[in-house]
Amino acid sequence: MNPEDGTRVMTTTTRKSTHRKPLEILLEALVRVAGYSAVVFVALIFIFLMREALPTFNEISISELFSRRWYPIEDYFGTLPLLTGSLVITLGAALIAVPFGLMTAVYISEIAPRWLREFLKPLVEVLGGIPSVVLGFLGILVLAPLVREILHIPTGLTAFTGAVLLAGMAIPTIVSVAEDALDTVPKSYRDAALALGATRWQTIWRITVPAARSGVLTATMLGIGRAIGETMTVMMVTGNAPQIASGLSAIFMPLRTMTATIAAEMGEVANGSVHYHALFYIGLALFLISLTVNLTASAVLFRARRRSERLLS
Amino acid sequence: MHLSRYQTERIAFMVIGSATLLTVAPIIIVISAIFISGAEAISWEFIVEMPRDGMRAGGIWPAIVGTTYLAIGTGLISVPLGLGAAIYLSEYARESAWTRTIRVAIVNLAGIPSVVYGLFGLGLFVLFLKLGSSIIAACLTLSIMTLPVIISTAEEALRAVPQSFRVVSIGMGGTRWQTIRRIVLPQAMPGILTGVILGLNRAAGETAPILFTGAAFFLPRLPSSIFDQTMALPYHLFVISTQVPGMPLQIQYGTASVLLVFVLTMNILAASVRSWQRRKRQW
Repeated sequence: MNPEDGTRVMTTTTRKSTHRKPLEILLEALVRVAGYSAVVFVALIFIFLMREALPTFNEISISELFSRRWYPIEDYFGTLPLLTGSLVITLGAALIAVPFGLMTAVYISEIAPRWLREFLKPLVEVLGGIPSVVLGFLGILVLAPLVREILHIPTGLTAFTGAVLLAGMAIPTIVSVAEDALDTVPKSYRDAALALGATRWQTIWRITVPAARSGVLTATMLGIGRAIGETMTVMMVTGNAPQIASGLSAIFMPLRTMTATIAAEMGEVANGSVHYHALFYIGLALFLISLTVNLTASAVLFRARRRSERLLS
Repeated sequence: MHLSRYQTERIAFMVIGSATLLTVAPIIIVISAIFISGAEAISWEFIVEMPRDGMRAGGIWPAIVGTTYLAIGTGLISVPLGLGAAIYLSEYARESAWTRTIRVAIVNLAGIPSVVYGLFGLGLFVLFLKLGSSIIAACLTLSIMTLPVIISTAEEALRAVPQSFRVVSIGMGGTRWQTIRRIVLPQAMPGILTGVILGLNRAAGETAPILFTGAAFFLPRLPSSIFDQTMALPYHLFVISTQVPGMPLQIQYGTASVLLVFVLTMNILAASVRSWQRRKRQW
């Protein structure tokens, strides 16, 4: 079914045969406005972030903005520790979430028997629905003490703890997008491989996964995007110390992310102060990062769809 | 050592199977652990009483009511808007650079970090429009955040209605709007409902967007108007687990359980609507 054809049928008939009532014209106009709303909102978000963030550049020099010390009470506004904090925790989360998420997607889509699949899919969806504060709450009460005792470190509120929980938040996204991608690989591909004598694993590894690779890539990117933007969980379990991550041991030390900084400090700053503008500047940076991740992800998907249309036609 | 391809297969399946187990087992453990520890705290009084003694005793009624208000208010704004956008995309718009822009915008809205929504809500609704930190400002912020979920699920549901249904209705002399209103929407309703539930679920569970737009740290009464601040379950859980020293563990687990029940009920509701839809579908 091609939705395009139907639309065309409808427009021509409408033009010829109908006397639209004023109410219908009004409703159709409203629907049109609603359709544009998403674009308007993205623009509004950008404009209002800019409006509050731009004064930062007059108030704080660029070199200071990228210096190594974030201590707003004494007017140190170096965002470098927050940036590296976000990077380290996101990277840690990705290292856990990507392999586990992709393997779970492969298992659910290709290996699991039907009954197990019907059980696992909703379960992963439930994980996606758990509010981030609940995960943070468990992180404080269960995971952090565990990390502290097993690793013999002074506090369990570390980047590692945050990364594990963030992985939990990213996994549902990765699993569902990757599983969708694996699902759309035509059955004929698998049948052909199996008929040629390949084992099921060879089919998965050499045929199905490569055929779904753009979807798998998108899944990875969206999962990572989710991890960068997560706020409450990291604020609760990473110890919130704005220090520069140096070396591998940094993963077992307290860190602070960009998102947690905004959430923790915005409640206490005076509107219009330097600190207030600096927090908006961090928000603008987060907005631009998520924009980049999502634009790339949708470009990859779009190209993949065109390619598969060519292949199948 | 050389493995036969069947041995490789067995090893690969074992690795993937155990990775899956490691992924899903914690979900079950986590949820049951919260419910087991929370069960002791939950009583009728815990649900319907005001918090007392700096939240260390009493119930969580204002937080439950607050979250319900926020979910309903968000729905009142985002459902008409999201449904309208979905109708536009599925029934009116043709593929063009402009609709592609709209789609890209929707994807981007879905990806914006929740705390950035909070900043935006603070900048636009609380300060610029002078709504103050209030239920209405929080609902508006949450509405924009849930919009992409509602638009994409509703559009998918509308597109799933076979083209022949529309063609027949138009052929019988129905106007385009009558076709949408009487034929397409009723057929797509279960799918739309699923999206609405999932979207509101997200709104009810989020904390970061309402931090600076309407959530009250402690408010031992129910909000009196939409310009009042309100307590909310997720923010309350955050407060009692990090900001209040000497908080009894029981109350913390109890609050987490109530929040989880809230969220899981909505999830189950969405899942049952979906399966009901599959059964009654006429095409």
